Amino acid sequence: MPTSTQTTVSGPAGAPDPDSRPASGPAQTPKAVVRPGDRIFSAATLIAGILILLILAGVALFLLAQSKDTINAQISDPSSITGGHGFFAYVWPLVVGTLISSAIALLVATPFALGIALFTTHMAPRKLAPVLGYVIDLLAAIPSVVYGLWGIALAGNLTAFYLWLSKWFGWIPIFAPDADGSVSNTGRTLLTASLVLSIMILPIITSLTREIFLQTPRLQEEAALALGATRWEMIRMSVLPFGKSGIASATMLGLGRALGETMAVAMILSPGLLTASLVVSGNQTIASEIAQNFPEAAGLRLSELITVGLVLFVITLLVNMAARAIVAKTSVKGS
Amino acid sequence: MKLKHLAPSAAILAVGALTLSACGGASATGEEASGGGNSDLKGTLTGIGASSQKAAMDAWTADFTSENSGVTVNYSPDGSGAGREQFLAGNAQFAGSDAHLDDDEVKQGKEACGADGAFEFPVYISPIAVAFNVKGVDNLNLSPDTIAKIFKGDITNWNDKAIKADNPDAKLPDLKITAVHRADDSGTTENFAEYLKATAEKTWDAEVSGDFPKDFGGEAAQGTDGVVQTVTDTDGAIGYADASAVGSLSKAKVKVGDEFVELSADAATKVVDASDKVEGRGEGDLAFDLARDTKESGAYPIVLVSYHLVCSSYKDQETVDMVKAWEKFVISEKGQKSAADSAGSAPLSDDLRSQIETVIDSIKVAG
Repeated sequence: MPTSTQTTVSGPAGAPDPDSRPASGPAQTPKAVVRPGDRIFSAATLIAGILILLILAGVALFLLAQSKDTINAQISDPSSITGGHGFFAYVWPLVVGTLISSAIALLVATPFALGIALFTTHMAPRKLAPVLGYVIDLLAAIPSVVYGLWGIALAGNLTAFYLWLSKWFGWIPIFAPDADGSVSNTGRTLLTASLVLSIMILPIITSLTREIFLQTPRLQEEAALALGATRWEMIRMSVLPFGKSGIASATMLGLGRALGETMAVAMILSPGLLTASLVVSGNQTIASEIAQNFPEAAGLRLSELITVGLVLFVITLLVNMAARAIVAKTSVKGS
Repeated sequence: MKLKHLAPSAAILAVGALTLSACGGASATGEEASGGGNSDLKGTLTGIGASSQKAAMDAWTADFTSENSGVTVNYSPDGSGAGREQFLAGNAQFAGSDAHLDDDEVKQGKEACGADGAFEFPVYISPIAVAFNVKGVDNLNLSPDTIAKIFKGDITNWNDKAIKADNPDAKLPDLKITAVHRADDSGTTENFAEYLKATAEKTWDAEVSGDFPKDFGGEAAQGTDGVVQTVTDTDGAIGYADASAVGSLSKAKVKVGDEFVELSADAATKVVDASDKVEGRGEGDLAFDLARDTKESGAYPIVLVSYHLVCSSYKDQETVDMVKAWEKFVISEKGQKSAADSAGSAPLSDDLRSQIETVIDSIKVAG
């Protein structure tokens, strides 16, 4: 799948033999011809591959080194950590908040994104499709600050909707109202932040899956149609199975962005204690916690925030590994 | 954000540059430059500290450098804690801090600045408004205990008895109170909490810090602007923010002694004058224990007082002259006025200014 395999360059596979003379004329032995371009190219790819690993290692080392104070404090005196009950008590609500908001964003964005991608590749009129694709890509270019500002404006208008949700679906814990029957008056809840996140990750998932759907072998599609399949059946039988692993990796990329999104969440969400309900104020995400407390942080607090960042780093790594595993598993079946 | 990591090293670089330029420009020796007019001061001043002073600092820097074109003033608003830390480590010539030095830091100051330690004095007094948005209510009197109960979530409706008792004439609606606090760690929160702790200790039982106590609930918004916008957008909301930023929102009058005091620059200045200095400090240490629970008539006790920290001695005459000129400008009537214009701060009183001037005059060359 073209989009799922990016970074890791596992050394130059066809690296030139260092002893070979530069082939200046027709070689007598049937040895592979190596021109200067080849050497430059293979060296460049090698450097790029090594560099990305070094940078990643550098980030991990930095986070670990800066977390030292927090780890020491956790061992010697857990009550000195913010909240007074040790690091894990401090960080787990943040982890939960981050995962919930990303999960909602993904849940909302993925069906939408697939629908748009299928529409532009298989359903839309020829003239409309590129325009629609362009507009979706434009969404990706909007800075997150702008999403944040828009989200704040949106939040106020969502309160009526949340009130309605809590009235009719309040028996579901995530839509439960406050003790006095009301919801957040400002609408700046985790649900609002998640909805804005879903729009932010929409273009990533859409454009990746669109490229993949376009790669579906024409012959398979036409064969399905020729056998009497309707358009929906054709998509279900040939396009979706073909794109399965691509969809998985596109979703994971979207999830990566949702997990790490900082600015928009920091601006929209009214952070507070962890609450199950998503329509009252409360909850906080890791990235937003760091952004909001970093400017005035010093000493142990700074180290705590960086350790929280380390936790996010680990979560992201785990998510990406899971995504790889899914891609590896499904692509065997798919092809 | 990431740039902030560079701030300490940038500061070191700048100090290095200063030392270099000090060596190079030995001919331009320091006549006493009186904080303005023509000046042969030359070099770079580096400060690190409170972000609350940022707007005022921009104004001071612009005015000061236009009068002293040879001087560059760099201020990185990394936070009060970072400012004190870097200053005491010798990485900056001055620091801005929303809190005065604690006893440990005073000791460290002696290592960083010589026997007389670090000098500190208030330069920036910013009143904090309790701003509200309730349709049909323009004037609101609040006692400290009521404010504490509102922000703690004990009073949840505008027609609560406690609010009515202080506002017999107001038409208070049956409306849910949305109390908005700062989501981020801030000096504004710390000073607001300090005020409530001092005046309504029974209600406000949380530890005072820059983080709003999470257990108290309520709505949170990022930054002063975020709080102001949320309050403006929400009917029935109340929040606290730098007075200069609240815009068209109504500001509550706060009970001091037996009267309700309206927020004003003079009222904010008054509370600093009514406060006592922290005991057991050196002569150059003008740290105040703010009299939050003052009964002084006409004083408005919810203020943020931000300090400048300088050394009692620097290693060369050039730096001494520069620091003197700079700090004198900051506390001068002109400097205070330009801070008031750009940041909405309250000016220092003349009495306090003359005390600070004495302190600044005593800065000398180490040795």
